[in-house]
Amino acid sequence: MLVDVKNVTKSFQGTKVLDDVNMQILSGDRVAMMGPNGAGKTTLIRAMLGFYHINSGKILVNGFDPIKQRVKVLEGISFIPQLPPPIKLSLDEMISFISKSSGVPKEAIYEEASKMDLDVKANKHKQFLKLSGGMKQKLLIAIALSKKSSLLVFDEPTANLDPRAREHFYKLLTNLDSSCSTLFITHRLDEIEGLVNRKIYMDLGKIVEDEKI
Amino acid sequence: MKNLLLVSYLDIKESIRSKWFYVYSIVFGGLMALFFITGISDSAVMGFTGLSRMLLIFIQVTIIILPIFILITTVKSISADRESNVLEYMLSFPISLKDYYWGKMLGRFLTVFLPVIFALILGVIFGFTKSGDMPWSMIFLYSALLFSMCFVFLGIAFFISTMVKSTDIAIGSAFMIWIFLLAFIDIALIGLMLQGRVGDGFIITSALLNPIEVFRIGAISLFDPELTVIGPVAYYLLDTLGATMLIVYSFVYPIVLGVLFSYFGFIAFKKKDLL
Repeated sequence: MLVDVKNVTKSFQGTKVLDDVNMQILSGDRVAMMGPNGAGKTTLIRAMLGFYHINSGKILVNGFDPIKQRVKVLEGISFIPQLPPPIKLSLDEMISFISKSSGVPKEAIYEEASKMDLDVKANKHKQFLKLSGGMKQKLLIAIALSKKSSLLVFDEPTANLDPRAREHFYKLLTNLDSSCSTLFITHRLDEIEGLVNRKIYMDLGKIVEDEKI
Repeated sequence: MKNLLLVSYLDIKESIRSKWFYVYSIVFGGLMALFFITGISDSAVMGFTGLSRMLLIFIQVTIIILPIFILITTVKSISADRESNVLEYMLSFPISLKDYYWGKMLGRFLTVFLPVIFALILGVIFGFTKSGDMPWSMIFLYSALLFSMCFVFLGIAFFISTMVKSTDIAIGSAFMIWIFLLAFIDIALIGLMLQGRVGDGFIITSALLNPIEVFRIGAISLFDPELTVIGPVAYYLLDTLGATMLIVYSFVYPIVLGVLFSYFGFIAFKKKDLL
């Protein structure tokens, strides 16, 4: 089992944001996670990535605890945030960081980026912060895909992309290895319908619907 | 270790591209140049002239502005990354929290310490060209005191940075700490002493616990072994501890305090929610 979430509860200042959540993601699962704002989707993802200490329950990713064995957990996960963070490093420095910390060859990132019409080499001295919103998102996607993780986590990944770039992105996802799992947080199921085989709906910190498509 | 050095290298790269770093470097380097141009080294006040006069005034300025510069520029290092979601992205890669935190601290230490030390070297060169003598022991001890001063305020800044989630609160807290510590250097202590409302022991302990006061006493005792230019508390400490112990204490105490604050900061970073 890739991800095993058992009876997880997380509160912020007395408010339960995750309320006894149970969820399993198996190898090859392509999940669309939906729900209104404040449903607990991002909190669940962040708990899986080791950013939050849960109040009770247990999370295992590839058999590892995200808090106690965060490095092991993160070796197997690629994450794309909803909005590109304002990183002040140049593309070259940022790619070096990823290459050295995650063991991803730089050439693999350049190659994935070129599939999305982004020439990283030509822009490598530019600060990430100064790229356009679309270029930033393309680079984050290229980094995530080149990492060859067993689980890809996307938080509204196409929010900044133009229709052509979205098309490229979806095409890239169709070429993913069948054993690779994906978890999309999205509000638009119609856009990724062909890319997922399962949908989870969250509301008020609980999973209220979990079905195969 | 590889990732720790990587994080620290990237933090240095990011810092030297920031505006605060230029302002910081220009302030310290510029001050030395200004002292030289305005002929401070030629003037004599209470027997200080040449290089020692120049370094003495550099110390006076450093006591006031170095802590606030370090606090304000580094207190944002983790809290701002957290607020802008940079932390979320950077820590989604397999980097241990230990490597990230200590790597950031190492990088930030070098960026705050090196401009000050360069300014000192600049001052020494200026002073040497004027007076021709090189007081090596003074330069060495003063560099050590600057090192410990940078370290303690960096530790405090990192502690605040991990404890609070908002940059505004982090900056506000840093400013409050600076004002508080500055208020309790010798001058305010004399005021308390004169009022007679608190015991001498309290005043002496306050002086010994305040890193700004400790730096001030240590640094000025290098030039003025009798500490005649500063207040009675400093004079009492000199009399009680002796010149050598006072210098050792001025160097060691801020380092110990810096280690404690940075360690508690790390524990908070590890044990609390990262975002």
